Amino acid sequence: MAILIIGEHDNAAIKPAVLNTVAAAQEIGGDIDILIAGYQCATAAQGAAGIPGIRKILMADAPHYAHALAENISALVVSIAKNYSHVLAPSTSFGKNVLPRVAALLDVAQISDIIKVESTDTFVRPIYAGNALATVQASDAIKVITVRSTGFDPVPIAGGNAAIESIAAQPDSGHSSMMGQELTKSARPELTAARAIVSGGRGMGNGENFKILEALADKLGAAVGASRAAVDSGFVPNDYQVGQTGKIVAPELYIAVGISGAIQHLAGMKDSKVIVAINKDAEAPIFQVADYGLVADLFQAVPELTAQL
Amino acid sequence: MKVLVPVKRVVDYNVKVRIKPDGSGVETANVKMSMNPFDEIAMEEAMRLKEAGIATEIVAVSIGGAQCQETLRTALAIGADRAILVETSVEVQPLGVAKLLKAIVAKESPIMVIMGKQAIDDDSNQTGQMLAALLNWSQGTFASKIRVKGATAEVTREVDGGLETVLLKLPAVVTTDLRLNEPRYVTLPNIMKAKKKPMETLTPEAVGVDVSPRLKVLKVQEPPKRTAGKVVKSVPELVEKLRSEAKVI
Repeated sequence: MAILIIGEHDNAAIKPAVLNTVAAAQEIGGDIDILIAGYQCATAAQGAAGIPGIRKILMADAPHYAHALAENISALVVSIAKNYSHVLAPSTSFGKNVLPRVAALLDVAQISDIIKVESTDTFVRPIYAGNALATVQASDAIKVITVRSTGFDPVPIAGGNAAIESIAAQPDSGHSSMMGQELTKSARPELTAARAIVSGGRGMGNGENFKILEALADKLGAAVGASRAAVDSGFVPNDYQVGQTGKIVAPELYIAVGISGAIQHLAGMKDSKVIVAINKDAEAPIFQVADYGLVADLFQAVPELTAQL
Repeated sequence: MKVLVPVKRVVDYNVKVRIKPDGSGVETANVKMSMNPFDEIAMEEAMRLKEAGIATEIVAVSIGGAQCQETLRTALAIGADRAILVETSVEVQPLGVAKLLKAIVAKESPIMVIMGKQAIDDDSNQTGQMLAALLNWSQGTFASKIRVKGATAEVTREVDGGLETVLLKLPAVVTTDLRLNEPRYVTLPNIMKAKKKPMETLTPEAVGVDVSPRLKVLKVQEPPKRTAGKVVKSVPELVEKLRSEAKVI
């Protein structure tokens, strides 16, 4: 058996979720190759080559791979997929965009968002916003799978020395092109890779008040997240959103501030190791999943907490 | 420009789902069902394109049992001109759905398919991308803004790091994210009007598509439960617990 991982990267470095995907691949077992398709992406390929236990890095370097457009990346993956029993990608906005296109072109089913490997063809995945776990068995010859990062501990990124092999690019499909990106710039860690997260909900009142969460996050070296209610109210951008339709996170410490705890939000964070809830409403459902609950006015409690750390 | 909007009937998002005692799935009998929220956003977006004079006709399509007629009536009440039900008792998986939609596209020749990015029951997030692949069309997933300009569409996408805008050549499949729009309320006069709009019924056999499942669900279980912990009385107590008990700070 051989496993191909579609390596997400920004042409300079691989994304942390690739390391969790490698961990899932190791549980399936077999030779593991990583595809790095990009433009001037040699540094990203070298980074991936540092992951221990990888057979080889396949690098496709062409201008039309610069922005990871699904139409082009999927055609490239399909051109090499027949050599593999499994094709994996992280369940990020990149993997979710590209991989179903690969599966359909191969005429196979995709297993989305696995959190556990039972055997080479059987996997566990959450359904209904994580309120149920389905064990599914795939019958297709090639298993196409997206991996939820929180289900697998990341492998290290140093110590390996995989060979880098250049592969031929496929022609540009011409279907789509990148017009522009507005990426949120932040010195804080990425939500999905952070050890600690401080999240705010509707109780924050407005976007300006998120400053008190940022101060706490900076003390903890944490990322800042938000509930859908806070995003819908326009307090913070959508890429802050933790939940069923946002990011799925499982940090060591999750501090939910002014978040009531709708099931859609819990779906995104209930696998966190330690959950702290700060809310003035003692009846809020968030307290039912919190390890430590503090019924208090967040505008007093959060600055006090920041000051004591 | 004709727009096709696929809509799925799912357990209403407010329902707390229960696992069947035999572990074969989730209880759907006597449970409130609704249109998948992302599909409602897709219907709304199609309506806005029609109101802007860009879309000329909106065709809603649903796949499933006869009860999906209700979901299609909702789509017609929002403003779809016609509806198509592909009736089947099989629980069709995303690849099968994409194949059926491809057959409907061949019959209807829309320039755009607008659909939800994921259904809130199986949370697969696959069908739109699969349909675009099978049709060899452009795809714009997780859209928070759509601007149609001649033979192209500019689609702003919600990605992990923020936003990106892609230029798609039409025809294209676009899947909707939450912030694309806020769906309108369905009014009573429109519900009455919807009853008179045409609805066609087809079957997978009639359109020549094999929808047999490729994934077998072996069992469905409850996730591990998280139990409520302690309520602390003050910030100093919280800090103390996080330091000495949880050891996370």
